[in-house]
Amino acid sequence: MASIAAQTTVAPGRTGSRLRAVVKGAREAPLVAIVILGGLILVAVFADLIAPHDPTLPVKGTNIFDPPFWMEGGNATTPLGTDFLGRDILSRLIYGARVSLIVGLMGTLVAGSIGTALGIVSGYVGGWVDQIIMRVTDAWLALPAIVFAIFLAAMVGPSMWNIVVILGAVYWTRYARVIRGEVLTLREREFVKLAEIAGASRWRVIKRHILPNVMNTATVLASLTVGVVIIAEASLSFLGVGVPPPEPAWGLMLSEARPTLMAGQWWLTVFPGACILLIVLATQLFGDWLRVRLDPQLRNL
Amino acid sequence: MMTSPVLEVRGLKKHFPARHGLLGRGDAWVKAVDGVDFAIDAGETLGLIGESGCGKTTTSRLILLQETPTAGAIAFAGRDIAGLEGRELMTYRRAVQVVFQDPFSSLSPRMRVHDIIGEPLEIHTDLSRAAIRERVDEVLELVGLQPDVAPLFPHEFSGGQRQRIAIARALATDTRLIVLDEPVSALDVSVRAQIINQLEHLQRTLGVSYLFIGHDLATVAHISHRIAVMYLGKIVESADSDTLCARPMHPYTRALFAAALPSHPDDPPRERPIAGEVPSALSVPSGCRFHPRCPSAMPICSEVEPVLRPRDDNGQVACHLYP
Amino acid sequence: MIPVLEVAELQTHFFTFGGTRVVKAVDRVSFSLHEGETLGLVGESGSGKTTTCLSIVGLLPRAARIVGGSVVFEGEDLTRKSQRELRRIRGRRIAVILQDPMASLNPLFTIGRQVAEPAFFHQRLRGRSLRERVQQLLRAVRIPSPERRMGDYPHEMSGGMRQRIVGAIALAGGPRVVIADEPTTNLDVTIQAQYLDLLKDIQRATGVALIFVTHNLGIVAKMCDRVAVMYAGQIIEQAPVRELFDHPGHPYTRALLGSVPKLGSKEPLYSIAGQPPNLANLPAGCPFHPRCPEAVPRCKTEEPRDVRLGIASIARCWLVDDDVTRS
Repeated sequence: MASIAAQTTVAPGRTGSRLRAVVKGAREAPLVAIVILGGLILVAVFADLIAPHDPTLPVKGTNIFDPPFWMEGGNATTPLGTDFLGRDILSRLIYGARVSLIVGLMGTLVAGSIGTALGIVSGYVGGWVDQIIMRVTDAWLALPAIVFAIFLAAMVGPSMWNIVVILGAVYWTRYARVIRGEVLTLREREFVKLAEIAGASRWRVIKRHILPNVMNTATVLASLTVGVVIIAEASLSFLGVGVPPPEPAWGLMLSEARPTLMAGQWWLTVFPGACILLIVLATQLFGDWLRVRLDPQLRNL
Repeated sequence: MMTSPVLEVRGLKKHFPARHGLLGRGDAWVKAVDGVDFAIDAGETLGLIGESGCGKTTTSRLILLQETPTAGAIAFAGRDIAGLEGRELMTYRRAVQVVFQDPFSSLSPRMRVHDIIGEPLEIHTDLSRAAIRERVDEVLELVGLQPDVAPLFPHEFSGGQRQRIAIARALATDTRLIVLDEPVSALDVSVRAQIINQLEHLQRTLGVSYLFIGHDLATVAHISHRIAVMYLGKIVESADSDTLCARPMHPYTRALFAAALPSHPDDPPRERPIAGEVPSALSVPSGCRFHPRCPSAMPICSEVEPVLRPRDDNGQVACHLYP
Repeated sequence: MIPVLEVAELQTHFFTFGGTRVVKAVDRVSFSLHEGETLGLVGESGSGKTTTCLSIVGLLPRAARIVGGSVVFEGEDLTRKSQRELRRIRGRRIAVILQDPMASLNPLFTIGRQVAEPAFFHQRLRGRSLRERVQQLLRAVRIPSPERRMGDYPHEMSGGMRQRIVGAIALAGGPRVVIADEPTTNLDVTIQAQYLDLLKDIQRATGVALIFVTHNLGIVAKMCDRVAVMYAGQIIEQAPVRELFDHPGHPYTRALLGSVPKLGSKEPLYSIAGQPPNLANLPAGCPFHPRCPEAVPRCKTEEPRDVRLGIASIARCWLVDDDVTRS
């Protein structure tokens, strides 16, 4: 009566690809964050079509320091007002979204790639490689981020892509540490040992077993770092070593508006400031949701 | 007909240096495995049984080359595997695989089943993707699963099914020996029989050998052709499964049998279980390692370590009661 | 004889996903326990045996609630009591021993202090009499040199000893019922044997009633007087231990008995198809029917009811039902 039971059907379950898990959780998605982020992305992509005016040139037919359209002296053609050169605030905000998003996302990507790679190598290979990388990380972390960024920007000269690389070079350390910690645990897991016993090369183990399993953490870390990088970019622009004018950047707009802060032209600071706030808030909310979504512990509840 | 055994182990030792909290110079060693010999023939199952600290896990790690021996030799198909590199190492890895105890952590959570099973093939062969898929399907059927489960992820399967996948993976290449480290201990009782039967069936069909490590005497005795009983790093007795069950000779083996649970409430009460616990491998008792707990200990037992001598059948026992 | 503990039609459900998903972890469970008796609660994962025990002592997680039935202990229904009242009963009149001793022991306190705690709170012993009581308990669980070991910490002791300490703590309050949830699963075989013998001796000496939760039929054969076999939250068979082993009524029990390897026999094992059920997704009718080799059409649609097989045996199965009605 001994029977070799063949499993003919497996109960249809949720397939585990990360993307599908994310999409499936759509009903619990942070709507606000997605709307904001989606909106900003669209705005950035279609800036040329949406922006009413050229952000770098003064608008004909308006004065400098025009207030928003709902106030006295405001103009519907420059709905959010004009700045000290007569340039349309709205258009500058729209193009500024591009800068923030590109620098924010790309900078995070660069930081994440460097940090994850180093973290994996450090954690998996161990030994003196680990020691060296960790000491470098420690030293790097000791440097104050913004000051270091300013230093680098001053050295290589400001331009958008330089800033991207600089921010990447400044912010990789937090990835390296966290990912290394995760890899240390992963490397003791049985499926990794199985691969090693089967004869997999180190590179193969990293590529197929370690990397996919740290992607969750790396993704969440990334989404939470985007906010930091954006603020860093804004700070750099504010200090004048970020994306150079006349390219509009929200931080730069804040910087230019500093003299007017107490003079009553509030729209020059409030709108760019609100934009920075919104994008960071949105990325934080999204990152938080992503973390909960992708955490395998919570997934099967 | 003399064919060399698939795996042969001679005088295997593994000592770990102990470094914690010692007074003076740290000269202590944890003698996890201290002189072990056995051989496994093709199509045969050797059961390794013992309690915690006996060295069975370290032995399996040595065979899987996760540790290097302090002394002794491991020979695969007649060739010493120490210091193997490159191509020859890969040949060994291709032929010797493992199935671990925990079905929930031994499969890579982000890989699909066909990738998991196909991985050894990717590592060791030049087969095309299509050929690998074919082999994967073949092997899935061998372990009683349908090929259409191949694209799924491990977490969509139950514990028993995952062990099958692990077994399938172990068989993907032309494996000659599978080390099974407590493969059913973490499974539900109703599922264990499925897996045990499956393993036996595979052995009959493919002629693969098993090193079956377990703590449950009944399970080990059922699936093994021969059994080796380990205590504190040494084999104290080994024999054919049937004869060992009929006549256990070493007092520790007898203790294991005494401690085994009955299969019926009216089974005759066995001997009183032995007292005490396994001593630490840091301070191994002098002479026979078992003597502090042995109900039949004699003066010589604390002085001279017994060696393995043949039993009157095919086995061996290391005890002064049987000189 | 009045039972010490009587559980009747107990129902415990888990409410998850904001109440949209209900899992019937314990589904109309009834049994009674007498003084000095050992009841074995046998089942695999998802059978509901642990949830049943947690329901009895009121230690259910937040998502779970007792929705029906009663647990009568010393004349009172525990399901109607507040947590405050239950706290006076737990540890003192009903004790629980869990699988992992490290989960029950606080790594920061000496074992002497932990064993003393129930006696300190429930029996209000102090000073010298407290110390003597602790030593008495440690001796009862056969810890060698108790005076010395009282000052040890849990991590300084082996697994077997820790489990015995947990036993000592359980006994410290002088309970009438001890619920042991797979206490030997992590122990070596010889240590397990010592521990089980110890439990038996203590039971003989104190007359405590024991509920032994396990998936191991060998332990059942060795320790239990009566057995309740659980599957998918229900007790599908209940009988005195010999009856169960000699004449199992339910196909699941039969299959379980046939699938366990017997020492010294190479007979092929009976393997049960499929795997233990997912409580969130139970089939209609008898929960075992997808895996049952003897299922008939009725099993797929109607849930079987309890059928009396003998003076003390019950089974929940249509085949048994039909047999009994026919005869």
